[in-house]
Amino acid sequence: MQLTVWTYEAPPHVGAMRIATAMEGVHYVLHAPQGDTYADLLFTMIERATKRPPVTYTTFQARDLGSDTAELFKTSVKEAYERFRPQALLVGASCTAELIQDDPGGLARALDLPIPVVPLELPAYQRKENWGAAETFYRLVRTLAGPHAPPPGSKRPARGPDDAPRCNILGPTALGFRHRDDVHEVTGLLHRLGVTVNVVAPLGATPADIARLGEADFNVVLYPEIAYQAAQWLDRTFGQKSTKVVPIGVGATRDFIAEVAALAGIDPAPVLAGAPSRAPWYARSVDSTYLTGKRVFVFGDATHAIAGARIAADELGFEVVGLGTYSREFARDVRAAAAKYGVEPLITDDYLDVEAAIAAAHPELVLGTQMERHTAKRLGVPCAVISAPVHVQDFPARYAPQMGHEGANVLFDTFVHPLMMGLEEHLLTMFREDFEFHADAAPSHLGVAASRGEAPSVAADPAPVPAVSPTPVPGSVPSMAAAASAEAAVATDAAPIPSAAAAASPVPLRWAADAEKELHKIPFFVRGKARRNTERFAQDRGLSLITIETLYDAKAHFSR
Amino acid sequence: MNAVVAPVANAGCVDAPVLYERGQREVFCGLTGIVWLHRKIQDAFFLVVGSRTCAHLLQSAAGVMIFAEPRFATAVIEERDLAGLADANSELDRVVTRLIERRPDIRLLFLVGSCPSEVIKLDLDRAATRLSQSFAPRVRIRAWSGSGLDTTFTQGEDACLAALVPDMPATEADAPPSLLVVGALAEVVEDQMARLFAEIGIERVRFFPPRRSDDLPPVGPGTRLLLAQPFLAETARLLEKRGATRLTAPFPLGVEGTAGWFGAAARAFGVDEARFDAAIAPRAERARTALARHRERLAGKSLFFFPDSQLEVPLARFAARELGMRLVEVGTPYLHRGHLAAELALLPPGTMLSEGQNVDNQLDRCRAAQPDLTVCGLGLANPLEAEGLATKWSIELLFTPVHGFEQAADLAELFARPLVRRSRLKV
Ligand code: SF4
Repeated sequence: MQLTVWTYEAPPHVGAMRIATAMEGVHYVLHAPQGDTYADLLFTMIERATKRPPVTYTTFQARDLGSDTAELFKTSVKEAYERFRPQALLVGASCTAELIQDDPGGLARALDLPIPVVPLELPAYQRKENWGAAETFYRLVRTLAGPHAPPPGSKRPARGPDDAPRCNILGPTALGFRHRDDVHEVTGLLHRLGVTVNVVAPLGATPADIARLGEADFNVVLYPEIAYQAAQWLDRTFGQKSTKVVPIGVGATRDFIAEVAALAGIDPAPVLAGAPSRAPWYARSVDSTYLTGKRVFVFGDATHAIAGARIAADELGFEVVGLGTYSREFARDVRAAAAKYGVEPLITDDYLDVEAAIAAAHPELVLGTQMERHTAKRLGVPCAVISAPVHVQDFPARYAPQMGHEGANVLFDTFVHPLMMGLEEHLLTMFREDFEFHADAAPSHLGVAASRGEAPSVAADPAPVPAVSPTPVPGSVPSMAAAASAEAAVATDAAPIPSAAAAASPVPLRWAADAEKELHKIPFFVRGKARRNTERFAQDRGLSLITIETLYDAKAHFSR
Repeated sequence: MNAVVAPVANAGCVDAPVLYERGQREVFCGLTGIVWLHRKIQDAFFLVVGSRTCAHLLQSAAGVMIFAEPRFATAVIEERDLAGLADANSELDRVVTRLIERRPDIRLLFLVGSCPSEVIKLDLDRAATRLSQSFAPRVRIRAWSGSGLDTTFTQGEDACLAALVPDMPATEADAPPSLLVVGALAEVVEDQMARLFAEIGIERVRFFPPRRSDDLPPVGPGTRLLLAQPFLAETARLLEKRGATRLTAPFPLGVEGTAGWFGAAARAFGVDEARFDAAIAPRAERARTALARHRERLAGKSLFFFPDSQLEVPLARFAARELGMRLVEVGTPYLHRGHLAAELALLPPGTMLSEGQNVDNQLDRCRAAQPDLTVCGLGLANPLEAEGLATKWSIELLFTPVHGFEQAADLAELFARPLVRRSRLKV
C-alpha cells in the first residue's frame, strides 16, 4: 500500500477516457461502480467540455455482486450501442471491476456488434493514467489500422514527385496540457514547411481516420507519453518513421524542423531562416540580465520537464538545480537530461518527495505542475506551471501553445512573469517601508510563507539558508534612488527562499545589537537574503553570536 | 405553536407513486463526504483504504489542492496487496503506524472502506479494533465504508456518523430530556440554531458530529433526535436503538422548513407557544423579506432535479412553496419515506418523483421538458448549459451554509444566480 494524499496521475481507465473523449464516433463502456463517474467532471469542469465524455458506466452495486454483474455489463454495452451508434467501441474495467473478473472483452464480443470492439486491459493496481492512454491509443490504432497493413516485409511505395510529403500528428488528447493549441501551432509549422497533415489523432479523429493512418509518409509524435507505443507499431507495420524531438522551446523547435525536413526530404532552410520567435531577443535584451543564473527546479511529465529544463538553461540562462518527473515510463530520458545539468534526477510520484527536494535545492523559481505550485507557494518561491496534471487554469481562453515558435514566446512569458511579479511586489513593499505601512506584510502572490523572509527570526528560522548566490548581498548599501533603477538586478533575489522549517538549529544564534542595526541599513529587498546568508554562514562555522564582522565575512564569502 | 406552519395531514405526496429507475447513475460515492467531514471534525483523520481511483476522486472532489497536509489520504492498494489478506493487513498496519507517527495531532483515525477493499474482503472493522488496541489511549480508530457499492455521495456522512454512535456516552439514568441535532452543519449555522434554541427555552442542546472527536454528546432514552440532514438513515436508526426518540419534522431548509423544524423541537419540549412565536416569528419574517426578491425572479419557473445528495425533496418543497417554482421532476438517489414524511406532505400534489437513476433516460426527460433550471452534478452541468439549459450544481448546496432562517435567502439566491447570470450575459 502506498500512502497517497495527492496524485499526479489518475488511474489508467481515465487515460482511456482521454482517448475516447478526444475522438469522434467512439464510445467506451466501463465496468465500474457509481463513484467512478466522478471522472466525467474532469472533462466537463476542468476542460469545460460542452459534451459529456462518451462513456457509459455500468455502476454496479453491492446487490449486483451477488447476482450477475456480467449480465449488467452486457446490457450496458447493448444499450450504449443502440443509443450512441458509435463507429468503434472500447470496453474495459475500472479498479473494482478488475477484481471481479467479468471479462468485458469476452462479454462484448459475444454480443456480435457490427462495429470494431476494442477490449482494454488496464491493470489498475500497477499502472496509471498516461500508460492507460498510451495503451488505449495503441490498441485502437492496431485494431483499426491493422487491417490496412501491407504484407510484412513489403517496402513503402515511394512518394510521387508532385506529391507533398504527408504526416500524421499523434498524441494530443482530451484533458491534455495545452494539446489543443499545440496541434494548431504544429500544424501551421508543418504547412509552412510544405508538409500536409494526413490525420491528427486521437484529438478530433474518427475511427475511419485511424484506419487511414498508414497513408502518411511519417509520424509526428507530439507527446511520447501517449503516442510512442502506437508510433512504434506504425513503424513496424507501415514503415513510418517518427519524430523524436518535441518542439517545445526555440532550440527544440529548430531541431524539430530539421528532423521533419529530413523525414520529409525537404529543405528546412527557408523556415529556419526566419526569426519567428521573439523569445531569443527578449532573452538577450538587457532587461533580462537579472535572469542570469536564477536557480530553477523543474518537475513534470517527462516531455515537459525535459523541455522546460532545456529552455531554462539554454534559452533563459537559468541554472537548473533540480530536474524530475513522475513519468516512470520515461525515467531514462529524464536521467539523461539531468546528467547534462549535473543534477540528481528525481523520479517519483510522491509529491512529498518533490517538496523535500525543492526545499533542499533552494530554487528561486519552480517550474512544475499544479502540485508544485502549491508547494512553491508554501515555501514562498515563485512558480510557473508547465505540465499536467491539469487544472481549470491550464485551459486558458486565449491561444497559448507550448510548442513551436509561438509556444516559445508563451514559455518565455510563463517562466519570467512569476519573477517579474515578485519584482513588482517588492516595489510596492518599498513604499510600505514608509512608517505608515507595516513592513512585514508578505507579497500577496507568495502566500503566507513569504512573511518569514523578513520576520525577526534570529534563532527561529536558522535552518538551511539559501545556497550560494551570484549576487553579493550583505552590506551593499545603494541609495534608494539607485536601488529603484537597479531593482531588476537584485530585487527578485529577495524572494524568500524556503527553509526546511522543522530542522532545529544545532547552535542557538544571536545577533549582536550593532550587527542587527547594520543589517537594517541594507535595503529591505535584499535584507531577508542577507540575514539568511549570514545566519547560514555563522551556523556553518558554529558561531553563536553574529557581529558586524560576521556580517561582512559572510558578504565576502557569498560574493566570491 | 402552529402559527407558523400548519401540519398538513394526508396531503402532498405522501402516497404519490415514484418512478423507480435502475440504470447508470451519475453520482459520487460516499467517499466524497470526507471533503466536508474532515473540516468539521477537526482532530480526525480519514484514511481511505482503496485504489488510485478513490484517491483521485477525493482529489477531484476537493477541487483546488489547497491544504498543505490535509487530514485525509488514501492507502492505495497495490498489486502485491491483492496477493493475500495477511499481507494486506500488515501493510495497513504499517501505513497507519507511519501516519500516526507523522501526525501527532490526530486523535481519531477513520479507516474508510472502498469498493476494492470490500471486494477483496479486507475487514476494516477488525483492523480498526486491532489498531485501536495498539494506539490507545492516544488515538481511537474506527471504520466505515464510503464504497460506491453501498453508498452514494452524502451517505458517506451517514456511515461516518453511524460509526461514532457506539462511542457516544450514555446519558445519566435520571437525565432530563435533551435535544440532539444530527448532521454536519456549518459552524455559523450551528451557532444561530443554538441561540434560537436557547431563546425558546430549550437549554440542553448538543450537535452531532462535534467539532472535536473527544466531545461526543451523550445519548439515551431522554434524547430527542432532530435530524438536520435527510440522508442519515443509519445514524438515526442506531441512535434510536440507543433510546433516542426521533422527532418528525421537515428539514431546516427555507423559512417554512426551519420553522417546522424548530416547531417540532418546541412541541417535544413543551415550549410555551407565545415564547416560541416571539422568538421564531420575527426571524421567519426577516427571512421571508429577504427571500422576496428572489421569489420575484423565480416564481413560475420550472425546476428539474437530478438525483444527487438526497436533499432534493426538501429543496423541491422549498422551491415550490416559498419560491413559487414549478417542479418538473424531483429525482433522488434514495427516498426515505420515514424521514421525509413531513416533507412529502408539503410537496405539491402530483409532483413527479423518481428514485435511483438511469442517466440517459433522465437526460431525455430533462431535454424534453426544457426546464428553466436544472439541479445536477458537476458531470452534467456544462453539457446541459451548452445545450441551452440553466443549471445549478448540486454540490454547492452542500458546501454552502443553506440551513436555517438566516440562510434561507442565500439558498434562494443559489437558485436565482444562474438565471440572473443568463439575463446579464449578452454574448
Ligand atoms: S466508487 Fe468505489 S472505487 Fe470508485 S472512488 Fe468510490 S469507493 Fe473508490
